[in-house]
Order: sequence, then C-alpha cells, then structure tokens
Amino acid sequence: MNIMNNWFKSGSPWVWLSAAGVSISLISVLGLLWLIASRGLPFFWPAQIHQFELVDPNGIKLTVIGEVYDVETIPATQLSHTGIDTKGAETVERYLIKTGNRELVSLDFRWIVEPLIVNRSTPDKVAVIERRTNGNFYGFIEDVYMDGKAVTIDELDTFIDRVNDLQDDIIDLQKTDIGAINYDLERIRLEQRKAELAGNLTAALKANFAEQGKALNDQYLLLEQRLDELRQQVSRDKITVKAMGGELVDINLEQVINIHFNNQLTVIEKTGMFFSQIASFIYQDPREANTEGGVFPAIFGTVLMVLLMTVIVAPLGVVAAVYLHEYAGNNGFTKLLRIAVINLAGVPSIVYGVFGLGFFVYMVGGSLDQIFYPESLPNPTFGSPGVLWSALTLAILTLPVVIVSTEEGLSRIPSSMRHGSLALGATQAETLWRIIIPLASPAIMTGIILAIARAAGEVAPLMLVGVVKMAPTLPIDGNFPFLHLERKFMHLGFHIYDVGFQSPNVEAARPLVYATALLLVTIIVSLNMTAVSIRNRLREKYRSLEH
Amino acid sequence: MTFSAKTFDPRDVKNTLAKWLISAGGVSVLFTLVLIFAYLVWVVKPVFDSASVEPSAKFSIQTANNLAVGVDELREISFSINNHGVINFYQIEQTDERQAGELLLSEKLIADDEMLQSVYATNINQYVLLTTTGKVYLVQPSFKAEFIADLRILHPGIYFPLGEEALVIDEEQAVIAKVAFAMTEEKAMFVALTDDKRFIKTSLIAEDDFNYDPEFSTEYQLINGDADHIEHLAVTPDLTMAVAVVAGNVSIYDLENGWDVPVKTEFEPLAGSKDKITAMTLLSGSSSILFGTSGGEVLQYFEVAKANSREFQQIRKFKASDSQAISQIYPEQYRKSFYTVSPNGDVGIFYTTSEAMLWQGKLLTNEQQLFAIAPRANAVVLADNNSIELITLHNEHPEVTWSAIWQEVWYEGYPEPAYIWQSTSGSDDFESKFSLMPISFGTMKAALYAMLFAVPIALAAAVYTAYFMPPSLRKTVKPTIELMEALPTVILGFLAGLWLAPLIEEYLPAVFLLLILLPFATFVTAYGWYKAPKNIKVLVPEAYAPIILIPFLLLAGLLSFELSPLLEDSFFGGDMRQFITNDLGINFDQRNALVVGIAMGFAVIPTIFSMAEDAIFSVPKQLTSGSLALGATPWQTLIKVVILTASPGIFSAVMMGLGRAVGETMIVLMATGNTPVMDWSIFQGMRTLSANIAVEMPESEVGSSHYRILFLAAFVLFVFTFIFNTLAELIRQHLREKYSSL
Repeated sequence: MNIMNNWFKSGSPWVWLSAAGVSISLISVLGLLWLIASRGLPFFWPAQIHQFELVDPNGIKLTVIGEVYDVETIPATQLSHTGIDTKGAETVERYLIKTGNRELVSLDFRWIVEPLIVNRSTPDKVAVIERRTNGNFYGFIEDVYMDGKAVTIDELDTFIDRVNDLQDDIIDLQKTDIGAINYDLERIRLEQRKAELAGNLTAALKANFAEQGKALNDQYLLLEQRLDELRQQVSRDKITVKAMGGELVDINLEQVINIHFNNQLTVIEKTGMFFSQIASFIYQDPREANTEGGVFPAIFGTVLMVLLMTVIVAPLGVVAAVYLHEYAGNNGFTKLLRIAVINLAGVPSIVYGVFGLGFFVYMVGGSLDQIFYPESLPNPTFGSPGVLWSALTLAILTLPVVIVSTEEGLSRIPSSMRHGSLALGATQAETLWRIIIPLASPAIMTGIILAIARAAGEVAPLMLVGVVKMAPTLPIDGNFPFLHLERKFMHLGFHIYDVGFQSPNVEAARPLVYATALLLVTIIVSLNMTAVSIRNRLREKYRSLEH
Repeated sequence: MTFSAKTFDPRDVKNTLAKWLISAGGVSVLFTLVLIFAYLVWVVKPVFDSASVEPSAKFSIQTANNLAVGVDELREISFSINNHGVINFYQIEQTDERQAGELLLSEKLIADDEMLQSVYATNINQYVLLTTTGKVYLVQPSFKAEFIADLRILHPGIYFPLGEEALVIDEEQAVIAKVAFAMTEEKAMFVALTDDKRFIKTSLIAEDDFNYDPEFSTEYQLINGDADHIEHLAVTPDLTMAVAVVAGNVSIYDLENGWDVPVKTEFEPLAGSKDKITAMTLLSGSSSILFGTSGGEVLQYFEVAKANSREFQQIRKFKASDSQAISQIYPEQYRKSFYTVSPNGDVGIFYTTSEAMLWQGKLLTNEQQLFAIAPRANAVVLADNNSIELITLHNEHPEVTWSAIWQEVWYEGYPEPAYIWQSTSGSDDFESKFSLMPISFGTMKAALYAMLFAVPIALAAAVYTAYFMPPSLRKTVKPTIELMEALPTVILGFLAGLWLAPLIEEYLPAVFLLLILLPFATFVTAYGWYKAPKNIKVLVPEAYAPIILIPFLLLAGLLSFELSPLLEDSFFGGDMRQFITNDLGINFDQRNALVVGIAMGFAVIPTIFSMAEDAIFSVPKQLTSGSLALGATPWQTLIKVVILTASPGIFSAVMMGLGRAVGETMIVLMATGNTPVMDWSIFQGMRTLSANIAVEMPESEVGSSHYRILFLAAFVLFVFTFIFNTLAELIRQHLREKYSSL
C-alpha cells in the first residue's frame, strides 16, 4: 500500500495519463489512415467470386454467386423467428454478397447466413463482366456470337478490344466533334444576338449567320451518320451468360468493358490487374451516376481549381507577409493586421462560401455579365457559380496559410544578412528582391503547398460557388478560348460527399467512396509531408547560419 | 568629391514604389476582412428595415360613385368600378404611347338597366358585384401583355370566372344584403344574408374545372342562425368554414357538411370588455381570423389543438390606434400581412407572425376614400370620385424581425409558441418559420460535445509532448498529430456518417466501456512499469510512455468491443439501442451528437494540441528549473508552475478549437440527421448554422428573406468566430510580450 501511495505522490500515474492523450491521438491519426487504406485498396484488388449453395428453412435450394462484401457476427437470437436452425450456436456469421445482375434481381446486394450454406466453392469458370450500365454481371459464359454466328470463346478478348476501341471513337465523336459544332452554333447565336442588341443586325449579316449555321448543321448531319454507323458496328457481337439462378441472359458486347475470370488469376496477374484498376480509376470518367467507373473529371477539376487559386494567392500572401515582417512597424496597426490574419484563418469556411456566392458570383459576376455578355442574358455567364469564383473564394480562405508560413520563413533569416546587404549600399527593395525572397523561397513554397493541401480538401464553400456532381464538360477543352473559367467543375472532396450521401445506392457506391477518399488523403498527406520536410530542412539550414 | 543635393536615382524610385506596393498588399488583408464583414451586413440589413411608403402617381378621373378600386400586378394600369357597374381602366404612368390617367377601356359589367348596390373584393383579385335587384356577378379584371419589339404593352380586359350571366344565389331571388364568397377550382361558395332575413349558403359546383370552364350546377341550403344582426361575414378560401359576427359573438359554421350547416363553435373575443368588434377579415392562408375593435386593436385568432379537440384561441394582439376604432382590415394576398384603416384615415401595416408593426401613418384623407392593396403588395391604391393615387410600398421582408428570429413564436396550427426553423414547404400559403434558435442551439450542442471529447485528450497530449517528451520523439510525434489537421473534413464526415455511426449503434456499450477501460489500462500499465525490474526500465524508459501505452490501449479498446455484446445481453436485454428507446423513452438517432462529438473532436484535437503545446513549450526554462531545484516533483512543477504560466495560452488554444468546432460544416452535415431539434440528448442529432447554410443556400432565391436570413446565419457564425479568434490572438500577443521580457 505504501508503494502505491508513494507512486501516486510522485505524480507518475498522472504523467502516464497525459501520455495516454498522446497515445490516443497517435492511434486515431494512424488508425484513420489505416482505415481508409484498408477499405480503399481492396476496391482495386480483384475479388474471389464465391458460389454458395443454400437450402432455406422451407427446403428450397438456391445458388448465390458473387463477391463477399462484408462479414458480420450476429447473435443467434436475432434469427430465432426465421426458423433457421442455428445448431445451438450463440452467434452466427452473416455475409453480405454483391450479386450484381441488376436486370434479374432488384437489389444487387443480399445477406446470407452461415447455417443455410450447404456448400461453397470458387468455380474457375465464373466470369465477372464489367458493364457500362447496370453494374457487374456474374455468371458462366455459355456462347459467344459474332454477328449472330456462334464462335469460340477464345475470340472474346479481341471482340472486347474492338468494342472498347469503337466506344472510344463514339465518345470522341460525340464529345469532341459534335461538341465543337454545338459550341460554334451557340457562338453564332450569341454573335447574332449581340449584333441585334447593338442595333446593327443588317439583313446581310443575318444571312451570313444563317449560312454559317447551315454549314455547321450539314457537318453535324454527316457526323451523326458516322455515329450511327459506329453504333451499328459496336453492337455486332453478343454473349450468352448463365446467371446464378440458371437463367440464360444475352449480353450485347457493346455494354461490356471487360471480362475477367477472377478465380483463375494468379497472384501476379491479380497484382497486374490491381495496378491497372488503379490507373483506370484515375483516368476514366464516372459511370452510373458516379457510383462506378473512375474519377478523372473530379481530379481534373480539383487540380485546375487549385492551380488557379495558387496563381491568385501566392503573390498576395507573399506580399502581405513581406509587409508584415519587413515593412510594418511595431505598432497598433500591425497588431490589427495580425488579428485580421488570424481571423481570416479562423472564419468558418462556409462563411467564405456565402461571401463568395453573394459577392463574387452574384455581384461581381452579375455585373460582368451585364457589361460583357449582355447577348447571352438572361442565361448567366459569370453570374453563376464557376471555377473562377471557386478559386477566388479559396484564395481568400488560404491567404493566411501562405502569410503565416512565409512570415515564419522571413523571421528565420538572420538580420545580419539584411544589414550586410544594406551596408553594401543596396536599397530595401533590392535587399528584398536579391537576398530575402530567395532565402525565404523554401518557406514560401511550404506555404503554397499547405495552401494547396487545404484547398484540395475544402468542400463546404465550393458547394456554394461552383462544384457540381456531374459536369458535362471539362473547364478546358478544344473550343476557343480553351480555358472556360465560368464553367462548373467536379471536385474530389465533393465527389465523396455526393456519392457517399446523395447517391441512390449507397451500399454499392461505398467502396468507390473509400477509394476516392484514399486518393484524396494520399494527395493531401503527401503534400503536407513535403511541406513539412521543406520547412524542417529550412530550419536546419538557418540554425547553422546563426552559429 | 562633390555631393549633389538632389540627384534622380531610378533605384530610389523603385524602392519607394516597392514600398507602396507591398504596403498596399499588406493592408489588403485587413481590407478583405472588412469587406467580408461589410458585405454580410449589407445583405442582411434590409430584413430589419421597416416598411416605407412614397406617393408615386396621382391622376384625376371623372366618374362619380366608385365602389371599388384596384391595380394590376405590374402596377401599370388601375381600375375602378362605379355604381352603374361600369369598370374603367386607366394608365397610371405616362409612356410613349399612353398618357398618364388615360382611359384605356370602359365597360359595363352588368345588365343595362341595373345598378350596383355594393362590391366585395375577394383577396384573389376578384370582385363580387351585388345589384340593387338581388343579382350577383363575379368579375376579374385581366391583363394581357403584348410584346412589340422588346416593348411590353399591357392590354386590360375582363374575365368572368363564373360566366357573364347574372348568378342566382338565392332560390327565392330576394335582394342580397350581405355576401361572403370564396372559390376553388371545383367549387364556388356564397354565404349571404337576404333582405328578408334569411341566412343562406349557395354552392356552385363546377362541371369540370373553373379554370377552363365556367359551367356549374347550383345547390342551395338554408343556414339556421341569427341572420338579423350579422355584422361581419367571411368564407375561408378552402371552403371549410364560414365566420359570422353577431353582436360581438363569433360563430363558426361548418360548410363541409352536405345536409345542413351546423355551428362548429362559438366564442366571444371581447367578452367582458366594453369594446366592440368593428371589422373582421381572414388572413391569407385560411387559418387565421382577424378582428378589429372599437378600441383600435386587432386580435388574431386561429384553431389550436387541445387535448381532444380543436379550439379557436386568441394568439396575439396588435395595437393600431389609441383612440380610433378599426374600420376596415385588408389582408395581403400571399403573405401574412394586414393593413388597418381607421376612420380618420390612419393606416397601419402589420405582419402577424413576426408581431411587427411595419408602418403607421395617415394615408387617406377621408373615410369615403377607397383603399386596395396591389396584388404583389408593393403598392396601395386610393381612390375617391375625383382621383386615383398610387402609393409605392417598400416592404420586402415583413416576416423577419429580431424577435421572430430569436424568440418563441406562435405559428398557425401549433399548440403553443415554439422555436421552429422551417424555411420552405410545398404549399403557397405557408407561414415561413425563421427561428435561428434551433440551429444556433444545434451549433452550440455540436461544439460542446466535440469540446468535451477533444479538450481532455488534446490538453493531455499537449502537456506530455511539451513537457515530458524527449526532443527526438517530439520531432516525429508533433507533426504526426498535426497531420490530422490537414485531413479533409469531408473524409472525417464521411467516415463518421457511414462507418462510425453504424459502429456505435451496434457497439453502444463499448463506447461507455472505453471511458472506464482506457484510463484503467493506463494506470495498470503505469503501475506495471513502476514495478518492473530495472533492466526493463532501462530498455524502455518512461519517456517513451506514449509508445509503451499504444498496444495496451489497443488491447483495452478491443476488449471493450468484445465485451459489448455480453454487456448488452446481460444489462440491456440484448440491444442497448432498443433499451434506450423503449425502456428509457429516449429517441435514438443513428447519426447523433455522440458521433458528431467524436468526429468533430478529432478535427479539433490538432488545433488545440498544437497551440497549447506551443504555449507550454515556450514557458521559460528558468522557471521550471527553479521549481525542480527547490525539490518539487516534475508533476508538481507542471501543475503549479508550467500550466499556471501557460494558462492564458491554453485558454486561447481552447478558444481557437471552439471557433473551429462552431464553424465546421462537412462533419455535421454528414454525421447528423440535420433535423433542427432543440434537445441536449446525446442520442439525438441537430442542425447547425453552417450545415443549414450548406443545405439551403443553393436553393434559396436571391434577395428573398430566406436568402438574407441565411446570410444572417453566416454573419452570426462570423461574429462568433471573430470573438473567439480575436480573444485568443490578443491573449497570445500579450503572452508573447510577457515571455520575451522574462
């Protein structure tokens, strides 16, 4: 007891308790990262396809084929009313199976309980058919038809490659060529309206516009013909698949992206597929209301918006920091400025969103529309949320990040360097430009990287000033002026919110959300680590300069 | 060598220029903050402005004995109906084609040999005309816009919703003394008082739909009641009730009954008072009845659900005048505003929900002047026999007052006053409920639970990292915890909503078990280490306590989750969630304050940790050395010297954390059900200011009251965080100066 008392008196237990605070914080950070990684990575790993033979309490036999999504242990009491014999066990395992085949069953997920399973196997022949619509199909390929004639299954790979090439052509035709014609048609309409508003729409001009429009329409008809041809070609082949219920289903290959026999793959093949899945996740467009396919437009939108923001925030932030550290005196006004910086950092991000929407979008954007785009009114051009306004809003949001980081860098530059430069006759501006900015550049870099990381993860304000769940066109395309700052864009963070919480089939979309979260976290964590390591190296460097 | 007094040096110019540019850049930060503040105030301010009136047009007319006046929706054309049943349309303002006051159309609405006895204006721009011979007409002035080369020209016309023929609303064709009328698409209904003292109800049932086809069949019913002394009469727009006032006594008749017209309920608004009811009208939306009294007051009544019935009850009272009686009350068409007119010409504008008197003043010169509200309630028209006057009304946001936002309001159909946020609804005559209380409450609740979770952990971690941890370990631990701050909140919110919430629901006892087992495991590990042999102590020194603890804490965590089903079985009947709902009677949401507290707590920990750690770390070393040299243990030094010295810094860290928790959007948006309830229960969700903005802002109409109130919510958030941050920063600046002198 005495030992206990002494121990308590030494304060050691309390020290340990505070240490537990550190441990819990560490566990939660690392655990969070591990959680996201462990849930996100399996999304890319080709899963085993299981075949379960079930006999339900009424004696009816049933086959279920699919991927095992989740396993749960539930108390046997929960099953007592269903008439399932749990053989006296207290807990029962229950599997969530993704069965796909959306055209046959209304729900592509189902729970099965362990006691009902009489046999489970992983048949080699079962195919995972990834499709453009309706999700995956699981089943056994019975026949392959080319143009209505049965051929061997070996031809399948070449068929699928052909279909994918043709589908790429179709998308190319639709988006690039037909998209350009639509863009031009709209441009002509606007030019005509502009001339009308200016009051100089002469008959000759009108005829000219009509002629241009007709030329474009002719082009369009040609392209549409070509599109029809392609569409006919793409639907040439089909396969017959036996689904888990024994039904035979015809699947036209135009729907198919690829077919894998997951159960036949070796670990090396699976690894290869793992990486190719990651790659296609990054460069593919989303399908099925964002719940399948890739996240390319979201990555593109995020990067573009962040780059725009960097162009705005970097000079402003650096100048403000230089002023605070090099020019401002130690007076009340400087104190006020510092309070302003802290407050800018502390204002909730949604408030920036509200400000951005009201001030940038409706006030500035609305005025721009009145002055420069009266021809397209009442359709707003800059007067509606878009990528430019998002970048501006986030620039204000991240301004303090750049200021604080730059100022920290400036404060680490020994004053002897400034004095030396000034003593040699340089002006303050020259000292700044030649000595201080170059020395502080790693700190500036750190600030910019931190700002980028912050902006890449910020969602709330963007929901008001420019993000959409599905943008029909990217903000950069082949139509003049190539960069369309007024367009809305997709964003990785918002993608997570939208797919995870707004999509009709949350269960099916969940792995994709984890994968997206993993991608976003990877980007942001690596950006932060880079920033921190640059900062640390800088600190070391100046420590050696001081002595 | 000579020194020239002044030489032009481009380097100097550059230097000065750079100085100015950089100063401007620095000041722009302050400018941005002020701009945000000013812009929010600028958007919010109009909701608190009271109404204003300004006379905008007046022209003379030459028709005597006008009975009704009105104006079109766009306020371009005014019209009057006189006792000959002639409607005259006048251009109000001068345009290229038309003169001000020009007579655009004049048409007789009734048969040539008839005269009008009176005109009743309904509140949907229809007019019931009563002839001296007992015939009734329903007319509706209509306006058609024509566009000629971008120029809009409005053409007046007349529309008879129930046909051009006179309507026979009394079977016995007696003269009608008083009438009340309302109609829907399927049915039109008159409740009237005849000259021979009968009280009748007449229903015109559409054969198809009155919008397309004025054909109808008629049903007549006699109402039993004191028809002799009815002073005021009204039919609700949904045709369910008729209201009749007889000598201060109000009778509500049930009109939905096919066989007879029973009295549903009776009450006496001014029982025991010497005042009389001098005016009565229905407020837009068919729920509320307004009574004007001889004492200058307006009483609002609506049906309130009681234990087992619904009763009419006085909800609120408006004082329009001290001396003058209320001679007339005019309701607005769409909003819950009403206008009172007193015999001396005083007009008062009120809004019921916000209990606001928006404007008061003399508008009418005499009681005989006609008064009407423009359909969009942006003007009133006054008319006498010589002139028509249009008075513009600026009254965009009557529903918002300081008290309507922050105090309990008794909304129509509610049993008692309440704080309610309900900004939109499917129906048109919806009473918007803009109380910021439930969402401010939600903000506070979310922040509080987050702080309860975050502050102990963050401060403990900060104390240990700054004071006990060896520098080598600190170098990696600090950035790792700070990494958490960089994690996007959308990811924390998504994990909270889709992973943590179901997990907590399933393993609810584990969460409470963790509260006991984690400290317990810590103490056991600490004691174990204390008793451990020397060589182990050398191998894993106490300085590495956080690392030593990790496996044991993980074990304790695992144990809690393993024990959870067992606990549920033995104490909570197998399911703690059901136990809470059924046995304790507490609502349980899956996405509740507990989930938000934990998720947002994680988001706030790094903020508090980082700043508190800095504050503790920067306590001058001579203070701690002195304390230790005098024989205090490290723990005593920490408590009595270090924490005390650093307490302002710690306080400012907590403030910063609170600021962050208050403004956090994505986590609360995703981890709560976003229902604006006011309840401290840890098992229920909430809606916060920030989530409310994120949810509703994209759908709100620019410039509407809703839009401005959302800006107000943003402004409130801004002010909240401004106070927290400024306080924290001032304390930090003060502390920095104090330490630098030490």
